[in-house]
Amino acid sequence: MNATLDTYSTQSRSLWLRLHIDPWLLGGLLALAGIGLLILYSAGGGNPVLVYKQAARLGLAFTVMLALAQVHPRTLYRWSPYLYAAGILLLVAVLGVGDVGKGARRWLDLGFVRFQPSEFVKIFTPMLVARFLAQQPLPPGLKTLAWAGLWIALPVLLIAKQPDLGTALLVATAGGAVVFYAGISWRLLAVLGGAVLAALPAVWMLLHDYQRDRVLMFLNPEQDPLGRGYHTIQAKIAIGSGGLRGKGWLGGTQSHLEFLPEPHTDFIFAVLAEEFGLIGCTALLGLYLFIVGRGMAMALEAQDTFSRLLCGGLALTFFVYVFVNVGMVIGLLPVVGVPLPLVSYGGTSMVTLLAGFGIMMSLHTHRKLVPS
Amino acid sequence: MAHFRLKDAVHENRLFRQRILTSAAVVLALTLALVARLVYLQIFGHEHYAMLARDNRVKIAPLPPTRGLIYDRHGRILAENVPVYSLEIVPEQVEDMEATLARLQRLLTVTPEEVTRFRQQLRRHRRFDSIPLKLHLSDDEVARFAARRPFFHGVDIHARLVRHYPYGELTSHVVGYVGSIDERELKRLDPTEYRGTTHIGKVGIERAYEGLLHGHTGYAEIETNARGRDLRVLREVTPRPGADLHLGLDIDLQRLAYEGLGEHNGAVVAIEPASGQVLALVSKPGFDPNAFVYGIHRQEYQALQRSPDRPLFDRTLRGRYPPGSTIKPFVGLAGLEYGVIDARREIFCPGYYQLPGVSHRYRDWKKWGHGQIDLKDAIAQSCDVYFYDLAHNLGIDRLHDFLDRFGFGRRTGIDLVGEKAGLLPSRDWKRKVFHQPWYPGETLIAGIGQGFLQVTPLQLARAVATLANRGRLVRPHVAAYQVSGERSVPLFPDPDEGRVALAPRHLRTIVDAMIAVVHGPRGTARRIAKDLDFLIAGKTGTAQVFTVKQDEEYRASKLARELHDHALFIAFAPVDHPKIAVAVIAEHAGHGGSVAAPIARRIILHHLRQP
Repeated sequence: MNATLDTYSTQSRSLWLRLHIDPWLLGGLLALAGIGLLILYSAGGGNPVLVYKQAARLGLAFTVMLALAQVHPRTLYRWSPYLYAAGILLLVAVLGVGDVGKGARRWLDLGFVRFQPSEFVKIFTPMLVARFLAQQPLPPGLKTLAWAGLWIALPVLLIAKQPDLGTALLVATAGGAVVFYAGISWRLLAVLGGAVLAALPAVWMLLHDYQRDRVLMFLNPEQDPLGRGYHTIQAKIAIGSGGLRGKGWLGGTQSHLEFLPEPHTDFIFAVLAEEFGLIGCTALLGLYLFIVGRGMAMALEAQDTFSRLLCGGLALTFFVYVFVNVGMVIGLLPVVGVPLPLVSYGGTSMVTLLAGFGIMMSLHTHRKLVPS
Repeated sequence: MAHFRLKDAVHENRLFRQRILTSAAVVLALTLALVARLVYLQIFGHEHYAMLARDNRVKIAPLPPTRGLIYDRHGRILAENVPVYSLEIVPEQVEDMEATLARLQRLLTVTPEEVTRFRQQLRRHRRFDSIPLKLHLSDDEVARFAARRPFFHGVDIHARLVRHYPYGELTSHVVGYVGSIDERELKRLDPTEYRGTTHIGKVGIERAYEGLLHGHTGYAEIETNARGRDLRVLREVTPRPGADLHLGLDIDLQRLAYEGLGEHNGAVVAIEPASGQVLALVSKPGFDPNAFVYGIHRQEYQALQRSPDRPLFDRTLRGRYPPGSTIKPFVGLAGLEYGVIDARREIFCPGYYQLPGVSHRYRDWKKWGHGQIDLKDAIAQSCDVYFYDLAHNLGIDRLHDFLDRFGFGRRTGIDLVGEKAGLLPSRDWKRKVFHQPWYPGETLIAGIGQGFLQVTPLQLARAVATLANRGRLVRPHVAAYQVSGERSVPLFPDPDEGRVALAPRHLRTIVDAMIAVVHGPRGTARRIAKDLDFLIAGKTGTAQVFTVKQDEEYRASKLARELHDHALFIAFAPVDHPKIAVAVIAEHAGHGGSVAAPIARRIILHHLRQP
């Protein structure tokens, strides 16, 4: 390194590099987590216990992220098939002996810990697909795509069977994003899109009643305002009544008075919208955009195919999280169980998310150490 | 194999860069879509949703006003509000209504009627209203429920003010009662004023003065959560209690009249002539109005409806009776006013009367006749022949016109609902109703208060009061003044309704004759004159039975009694400065002098002896 350029900034940058941390990403994520705790405190009706629990989870998740950042991409590359295989096995196990909660079989109870294997698969699937595609010349041929499709479809179908439509969708997105970045031709993309549309009636038949209800309610929530359309309507009222500036922190009446269901989990965005208004919403979306943008920039700087595909895929998936959750809360999309990243109260998904960012940091910060 | 195809790093790089940029553009576009939607909701939809949020958050809970009290003329309370403990259910908070009802029925004595009534109310009320299942819990029931209250979500004990009528059957018709608001009333009522109100005046004063007694409903803006749980009161508009009503009624007179009728059914109306205030308004038999407040049991109600004594029927306003001889002072006055007779003119009463050229004999009540008799004696001794002759000479047209001036055949306009007009026959009326001409014989029997002529006890009392007033007509009214807060407002400051033009000497003749009825040696009511230190002007009447229209079954055992004549008596006193005018009708009690007159005497005495 040139001694004359060895200024404070390059010194600090190299420090970040040595710690395998991307300061932009870390800063954005920490800001997001902080805002999340703030909103959560309000959404939980001023109950500090929720905030403590969430903060503890965040601590764990950030630790996992920083730990993963230290893992060399080569290791990730090497381990991805085994991790993927393990994930599939766990999913099969869940369907066999998993715990039932809220009418779905999603959890695996190992006695000391209870977890959702589908969360791991959110990472393992894009990892495997990225590795598989990186081995091929790009853009991928039809046969390659068929294989990639299979690797993606396998976990998606297993998760959909639980049933957990939201997670299945996210896993499909994660895999699909990797395929997209690998350069799947637009024409094929259009054909696949058409096929999905054509398959919709069949999917409709396979849906559970409550899932159909959700879709129908999305199409016309006012049809059953006190029953199934309740979530959507109440969320709209909370958001709309927030106006431009919002009612102020802790000032949201809709969320505090329990009109809004699940205000601290999937619908927490409505609390933000009510209390901080359009300004707050736009600011939060801006922060998300910044994180996604930083992820994409990191993908651009990645030096090998596996890194750039995985990094880009994870960044895009993160955005899909945000888009699906916010779209659902503000009534643009049907209600599916997708949390608002780093803001919604909840454990596993947060760890998975930050694990993803840990991997992205690893891919980014190790690039100079990758032999060219 | 594709596996060995060479990678084109430059091409891959360019492709990837392009894809990243494309996805970044898509991400940006989708984010803008979200923002656009947020702008739509939060800027353009803000007002709408802000309003919805307010509605959501704030429950408007009605605060029903306390109903005004009803007092008699001496300040004794006739209708009060007593707190009772009621078991109430908020449907919204009950998970399984059927199971809850079943459990409550096991725990407390909840009758099937109460459950039925509850279900009816359930349909009418909103899901978060508290609906009473059982009013009037005993202390024991309160304790029993209180112990298990945690196991009954949405069920609670409330203290409610419930109407109570301490005088029970004495005031059943005149004060009336309140009952649960029914479907029809619900449509008619102002929904804002009656939110939270469960009862409404059904009959009597309670009904007629509903608007005053009810007051104005207030409300509380209560902040609630989605489960309807009340969090705190944001704002409260206190209800304005209903006005208290003070009646001209004297509950002592009411009791004297009611008890005085003894075994007989009947009606008693007493009026203060000067003001038109009703002092007593008794229809016997009465019933317990309190039963209606709590929702009377079906069987109990049917028993009341089917009773041949017709306790639900208000005889004072709706009972139509032939006035019998009590009409004679008015007919006599008509004769004098029209110059058909003069006070000194005498006729011979052989015990019957025959129209010229007709063989039919109209009999006098006294078989052997009264002999030579003048107007005063004809009234004092109630000679029928004298009045057959007088009516014949007057003719139905003049008779009708004159009686009409005293308000016969017309509603008095009393401040109660459901008054009947009675029937004052005329040629026109007969032609219209029967398509028949008027026959002279019909005039004769009208002249002694029989035939088509029908009066209500109230009309009769007002006519007497008009005599007492020397021709001044007043509108009778039960309520005297209302009190809201500190303010006391008379309800009928000017009860005058014109006057009947009468020559004072003609009136004097008639009043003298009526004095003779009570104080004369041969007066038909002379027995009540004993120990009086003032003069009563009265007239007895014995009306041939008119069966009150009713759909009761024919019962031979009752027949004998129902053939008995009605006993009537009208009076006012003291003659020179009348303070009270009374009409008494005792059904099937025989002669007016023996049953009806003593009731009037007791009432008059009590009223005049008061300070």
